[in-house]
Amino acid sequence: MLQTPTLTVAAIEKGTAIDHITAGQALKIVRILGITQHKKQVALGLNLPSAQLGLKDIVKIEDREISPQEANQIALFAPNATINIIENFVVSKKFQVCLPHTIANLVVCPNSRCISRCEPISSLFHVQQRQHTVYLSCHFCNKCFLQEEILEYQHH
Amino acid sequence: MLTLTKKKDFITIKEFSKETLLDIIATAHTFKKQPPNNILTNKIMGSCFFEPSTRTRLSFESAMYRLGGTVIGFAEAGVTSTKKGETLQDTMKVIEGYVDLIVLRHPLEGAARCVADIVDIPVINAGDGANQHPTQTLLDLFTIQECQGRLEDLNIAVVGDLKFARTVHSLVEALSLFRTRLYIVSSQGLDIPKETIEQLRIHNIKFSYHKDVREVMSKIDILYMSRAQRERFSQGAEYIGATSVFTLEKKHLEEAKDNLRILNPLPRNEEICQDIDDTPFAYYFQQAKNGLYVRQALLTFILKGE
Repeated sequence: MLQTPTLTVAAIEKGTAIDHITAGQALKIVRILGITQHKKQVALGLNLPSAQLGLKDIVKIEDREISPQEANQIALFAPNATINIIENFVVSKKFQVCLPHTIANLVVCPNSRCISRCEPISSLFHVQQRQHTVYLSCHFCNKCFLQEEILEYQHH
Repeated sequence: MLTLTKKKDFITIKEFSKETLLDIIATAHTFKKQPPNNILTNKIMGSCFFEPSTRTRLSFESAMYRLGGTVIGFAEAGVTSTKKGETLQDTMKVIEGYVDLIVLRHPLEGAARCVADIVDIPVINAGDGANQHPTQTLLDLFTIQECQGRLEDLNIAVVGDLKFARTVHSLVEALSLFRTRLYIVSSQGLDIPKETIEQLRIHNIKFSYHKDVREVMSKIDILYMSRAQRERFSQGAEYIGATSVFTLEKKHLEEAKDNLRILNPLPRNEEICQDIDDTPFAYYFQQAKNGLYVRQALLTFILKGE
């Protein structure tokens, strides 16, 4: 029988637990959400057993409530993630991340000849989904990329 | 944030319908037969070329003057305040105050889109790095229609550096709107981008890849040659590889159909031998001249809504 992940990662009294993160993506999500600067407790669980995913990551952030808009920013890397808002050690709100139509100010365009790499502008990508594969199309240079081709992120 | 306006920009081909493209081409045919009057009097075009150009810049400027308008601008980045560290956006926001329309060429991909998003006047993309060159495509379509009498049911080969040739990217996207059969001939490592091929797939256009243009010479109506874009290569080896494969010689045309016409956006390097110029197949200098009429039509379409 699979071990219950919540027993593996320390519980929090108030904040957000991001569950069902694709294994290996938790550290990236911590950076994208700007949690590296968070002064309260942050608990990470990496490669935990999951009935749904096989392996998964978990992030728990004390005293910070992740908004649906913030959550959708991570959908590209963790399309199955669930956001649990915790109050008094219990889940008060729960929702799934949803892939947005556009992703702004997050991904650095992998095309080194793209204007967004040189001008002080926010990057902007149009999200296209074709047969379960997600592509990001740069608003500026029109180049299309798979998620695994994205190598750099704008940290907040 | 993006500026969402209804102004007419001309940034990429795929944003325009087939009908609009045909309307502009039809106007260009009219202008070629009957030179237009001074219909853009009191209009000023900002000719902003951050990268070298002969045909595009001069035909745009000639088109504007012949329509009664005037032109201000520059032909190299070195004479602008970008040399002092000013951003492209700041430079173009300043120029926006002086002109009615901006024609922009820039070495970086997406530069025209970036500028179009932040200014309130129309922007025409006159080439953004290796990305797109949509006004060249308008004149290519015009020229194909002129020399073949139609734009549908044609066999067209695109040959050369298909990776960095922005004219090919725009042309192939435009041809996906017409019933054409495409033969794609590029050397390894200089393949056509997947985004361009995707447009062919979306529009169910039949296409095939070939290693040598002679494989398809007897079938084609248009042979579109593109030089090796050496200014965009990161390594000299890429350039040597490309030129050694794609040099069209007179003897290669022995099996060509009588109606075959060779197009080339120019400048020419080694991809077409000079002695082909005197054959009836060569049509690239007429093609370059057509840039004037097409750009007159585009300027009129954008500034007068016609």
